[in-house]
Amino acid sequence: MAASQKPNVMSDPQSTPSTSSVAASGAHDEPLKSDFIKIDNFSFWYGAKQALFNISMDIPERQVTAFIGPSGCGKSTLLRNLNRMNDLIEGVRHEGDVIVNEQSIYDPHIEVISLRKRIGMVFQKSNPFPKSIFENVVYPLRVAGQNKKSVLDETVERSLKGAALWEEARDRLHDSALGLSGGQMQRLCIARAIANRPEILLMDEPCSALDPIATAKVEELIHELKKEFTIVIVTHNMQQATRCSDRTAFFYLGKLIEFDLTGKLFQNPSQKQTEDYITGRFG
Amino acid sequence: MHAPRKDYKDLLKVHAAPGEPFVWLTSMGLAVGILMVIGLLTVIVLNGLPVFWPHPVYAAQLKAGVTSPIANATSVVGEIAEERTKSVKVLGADGKPLADQKEIQFFVGNKDAYGFSFAFLDSGVIASIDRPKDVLVVERIEYGDAIGTPIALKTATGETIDAGTPQFPTDLQKRINEGNTRRAKIERIEKTEIGRINSRMTELRVKGKGSAESQRQIADLDTKYNVLAAEAKALRQKQMQDELVLRLPNGTERDILIGNIVFAYYPNQLGLVAKTGIFLHNIWGFLTLDPREANTEGGVFPAIFGTFVMTLLMSVAVMPFGVIAAIYLREYAKQGFFVRAVRIAVNNLAGVPSIVFGVFGLGFFVYFLGGSIDQLFFGDYLPTPTFGTGGILWCALTLALMTVPVVIVATEESLASVPRGAKEGSLACGASKWQTIQRIILPASLPGILTGLILAMARGAGEVAPLMLVGVVKLAPSLPLDTEAPFIHLERKFMHLGFHIYDLGFQSPDSEAAKPMVFATTLLLIVLVVLLNLTAILIRERLRKKFSTGAF
Repeated sequence: MAASQKPNVMSDPQSTPSTSSVAASGAHDEPLKSDFIKIDNFSFWYGAKQALFNISMDIPERQVTAFIGPSGCGKSTLLRNLNRMNDLIEGVRHEGDVIVNEQSIYDPHIEVISLRKRIGMVFQKSNPFPKSIFENVVYPLRVAGQNKKSVLDETVERSLKGAALWEEARDRLHDSALGLSGGQMQRLCIARAIANRPEILLMDEPCSALDPIATAKVEELIHELKKEFTIVIVTHNMQQATRCSDRTAFFYLGKLIEFDLTGKLFQNPSQKQTEDYITGRFG
Repeated sequence: MHAPRKDYKDLLKVHAAPGEPFVWLTSMGLAVGILMVIGLLTVIVLNGLPVFWPHPVYAAQLKAGVTSPIANATSVVGEIAEERTKSVKVLGADGKPLADQKEIQFFVGNKDAYGFSFAFLDSGVIASIDRPKDVLVVERIEYGDAIGTPIALKTATGETIDAGTPQFPTDLQKRINEGNTRRAKIERIEKTEIGRINSRMTELRVKGKGSAESQRQIADLDTKYNVLAAEAKALRQKQMQDELVLRLPNGTERDILIGNIVFAYYPNQLGLVAKTGIFLHNIWGFLTLDPREANTEGGVFPAIFGTFVMTLLMSVAVMPFGVIAAIYLREYAKQGFFVRAVRIAVNNLAGVPSIVFGVFGLGFFVYFLGGSIDQLFFGDYLPTPTFGTGGILWCALTLALMTVPVVIVATEESLASVPRGAKEGSLACGASKWQTIQRIILPASLPGILTGLILAMARGAGEVAPLMLVGVVKLAPSLPLDTEAPFIHLERKFMHLGFHIYDLGFQSPDSEAAKPMVFATTLLLIVLVVLLNLTAILIRERLRKKFSTGAF
C-alpha cells in the first residue's frame, strides 16, 4: 500500500501501482513492493536548525518518485538521507527511521558503505572523476575490489548502453571523461551510478545544468531505467516531474505537504499550498 | 572636521576612482621585489661568471726608484683583478691631493715564490704597461697559478726542449695531459681501491675477533694492498720526472714538476674561440673536479653532489610525513579547538630559527637516535661512532623537520580545494573514506602538494646553519653515494654548496683568492635550486593536465 500515515497527505486509492511497463519487463517473479523505501516519521537537524519535520512516506519499487518544492524545502536533504550522504556533514542529527527493502539504513549492523553500494546517486552538477571514461564507469566496481577485465568490460558496455552513451563513447573509452560535453558527462555519471546494479537510483536535480536537448535525453533515460531501478528524483522543474514521474511529493518548509500519483497531484491537488505552488502563486 | 580637509578629500574623489591608487601601490610592491631579485642575480652573475674567463696578463714596468711589491723586481706581472679609487686621499709633495687616486690590484700568482698572490699598485708608479706575448699561466695542484715566462722543458732522459722551439707548446701540452691521466689513476688506486681494502680490513679486524680465518683474509688483503701501493708509488715517481722551467719577473727561474700542473695556456695569444674553449673548460672543471687548496681552487663537485643527494633525501622524508599529517588534519580529525591549536602550532614551527632545528637534530637525531643505533647495530666499532655523529641522513631529517610545516600547509590547502562533488561522487559509489582519499582526493591535490614540496626544497637546499651541527664538513673524503656496497652511505659526512660559500667567504686563509669562488659557488647553488624547482614544476604541470579538476 502506498498509504501514508500523515493525515494531511491524500492516500492513494489505487491498491496496485501503475506498473504495467515494469510488469512487462518481467525481471522479477515476486510482486513489486509498494513500500520499497519506507520513511517513518523522519526528522532531521543541521545543528540546531531543523530541516525535516516528521516525514512519513512509502516509495514504491520500480517507479519514479519526484520530490518537488521551493528551494530550501528539504527535498534534497531527504534525498541525501536515503543513502546517508548527510553523515558527511558535522553536527547533523535525525529522529525516526528509513527502511529500505525491509532493512533500516540506520541499523548499526549495516555498514554505510554497503548501503551506498545498493543505492546509486546522480548529483546536480555532473561530477566525473579526472580519469578515463572507462575508469569512471567501473569506479564502483574497483572500490568493491572487482578488477577482472572481462567483468569490467561487460559492465562498461552495459552501463553506457543503459545510460544511452555507448554509441557516442565506445570509440573513446580510454580518453579523459573531462573531454565530454555537459550532457554526456551527466549521462556518464548515470552510467557510473548504475554500474554496480544498485536497487535504487537517487537523482538530485540531474538536469538543472543541462540544455533542453540533453535534458530530453536524460528524461528519456529515466523512463528506460525505471524498468530496472527504483528512482527518486529531486527536481525544480514541474514539467519535468509531470513528464517523467509516476508519483510526486510536494515539500514545503521541511514538511511533506502532499504525496500522490503525479497526475492527481498536478490536476487535482488536495492541499491549498500544493495548488498555490504548482499554479505558480509562490515558490 | 576642518573645512580644508574636506576640500582635500573632494579633490581626491575627483581625480582618482575609488581604490585606483592601490593599483600603483600593488604594482610598486611587485616592482621593488623584482628589482631586488634582478639586482642580486646581476651582482652574482657579473662577479661569478668572469672567474672562468681567461684574463690577459699585463706586465707593468715601474718608474725608477719605486720598489716593487715583488722582491728584486722592476715590474709587476699579473692579471688585473680590480681597479679602484683609493679610500684615503694621497697627498702630493705640495700637500694637495694627487690627481690620480687610482690603485690597481694585480693577481700575480706564484704564491710559493712571493708569499702572496695579490699585489696593489698605485697607478701613478707605473711607467708603462703592456701584454707580453710569451707569458705563460700554469694552473697547479698546489699554491695556485704560476705566472711567468717559460724557458725550457727538462725531461727525465736529460733532454732539454727550449721554449723557443716550435714543438715546445704541443710537447708541453702532451706531457701535462699524460700527467693528468696518471694523477687520476693514482687517485683511483689510493682512494677507491685501497680505501675499499682498508674498510674491509677494519671490518675483519672488528668482526673476525682475531679468528684464524679472518687473519688469513687480512693477510690476503695486505698482499693486495702492497701490490696497489707499489703501483701507486711507481706512478708517483713518474709524476716527478719532467720539469718545466719558468722565469719570474724578478729573474729567478723555478722548476715546476709537470706532475703538479693541471693546465697551462698563453693568455696573451688567445683568440676568442680559444678563450671560449678555456672558459668552458674551466666551468667543466669547476663542476666536475674535487676542490683543492682549502677549497679555494679546483671544483666543487662533492658539494654539488652532497647538496643534491641531501635535498632529495629530505624530499623523500618530508613528503610522506607532511602529506600524511595533512590528510589526518583535514580529512579525519574532528574540526574543533584542538585541531585549530595543532594547526597554529604547525604554522609557528615554520618560524622557529633554523639553528634551533640544528640543535634539536644534534641532540635528538645524532646523539639519541644515532647513539642508540650504534649501541644496537655497530657495537663492535665503538667508541668510533657510525651513526652517532653528524651525517647526511641526520641532515636530511633535520631539514625535513624544518620544512614539514610548509608541506603540511600546502597539502591541507590543496586537499581542501578538491571539489566536494568529487568526494561525494566517490562516496556515493560505495567507496570508503580511505579509498576516496587514495583514488580521488590525493591525485587531484597532487599538484598542490608538489607546490609545497617545491617551497620546502627551495628552503632546504639553501639552508646552512643547522647543517653545520649535524653533518656538513669542509672537506669530505668520500661521497655519500658510490660504487661500494651498500652504495648509499647515509652515515657519511658530506659537503654542501651553502656551507661551501660560508667556508670560502669567511673561513678561508686567503679571502682575496677565494672571493671569485664565492660568487661562482653562489651562482651554482642558485642554478641548482632553480633546476630542482623546475623539475618539480614540470612534474606538477604534467600532473595538472592529467588530474585537471576543471570540470567539477
